[in-house]
Amino acid sequence: MLAEALFFSALLFVIGVFGVLIRRNAIIVFMCVELMLNAVNLTFVAFAQQYGVGGQVFVFFVMTVAAAEAAVGLAIIIALFRHRQTVDLQNINLLKG
Amino acid sequence: MQTSMPHGSLPLLYTFHFYLFSLIGVVSALLFVTRKSPVAAALWLVNTMFCLAALYVMLDAQFIGAIQVLVYAGAIMVVFLFVIMLLNLGHGSIADMRGLGWKLAAGAVGLAILAEIFALTKARTPLTLTLPEGFAAREIAQSGAIAPIAAPLFNEYLLAFEVTSILLLAAVVGAVVLGKQRGEDDAR
Repeated sequence: MLAEALFFSALLFVIGVFGVLIRRNAIIVFMCVELMLNAVNLTFVAFAQQYGVGGQVFVFFVMTVAAAEAAVGLAIIIALFRHRQTVDLQNINLLKG
Repeated sequence: MQTSMPHGSLPLLYTFHFYLFSLIGVVSALLFVTRKSPVAAALWLVNTMFCLAALYVMLDAQFIGAIQVLVYAGAIMVVFLFVIMLLNLGHGSIADMRGLGWKLAAGAVGLAILAEIFALTKARTPLTLTLPEGFAAREIAQSGAIAPIAAPLFNEYLLAFEVTSILLLAAVVGAVVLGKQRGEDDAR
């Protein structure tokens, strides 16, 4: 099932890229990034079935990084919302406050 | 165990369910990207993650499937939903889609990446690295689902594991600092 899993993973990744580009809500853009991480995890698991369990260990690390990223990213979004009263990326385009 | 069978003779039921979960996953992901309401979008993403967990179990990664449900669908998505509701963004009345130009550009970028990934799948992987058919399933049948992951995690990848703990500590400290209310001296 390696080829099918890779095909499905590619589709999910591209849907994630598409979402990042067409949405303006910062939280939804962030969730699209999570979707892309999930697609890569599927690739790791599919390869782990044929090339050894190291791929599954990497999925473990990717999930840890995703959890840390979600904590920090959502804290940034809350801080932004407190500052600008919006999470629309069109209004948040300056690096200075 | 069905998955211990050689790939040439996979049972029809296995193949059917693999395609079924893949299809549900892709449709949920598409709905997730196109829903206006952030809450509905988040719930469709949870659905995609459940489908991925099912696929992990079918690909002989039972432990990763369980972790996927617990950590991704259970913890990370709950935090997302919590923030959506905390900031009161659940209306979805304000369309946050970008214009047609952005959509066309996104479609072009998506097709380009898809073509690249398909070109990559044509590449031949070295046969010497390939495990014998059904190796993963036999290992799980012998020593359980967790032991084959735990052994390399605490031997081969021990340094990475320890570095992960530092990363988590940094993330916790960062989240607390970012979420802290401003003091009186630098109030808006």
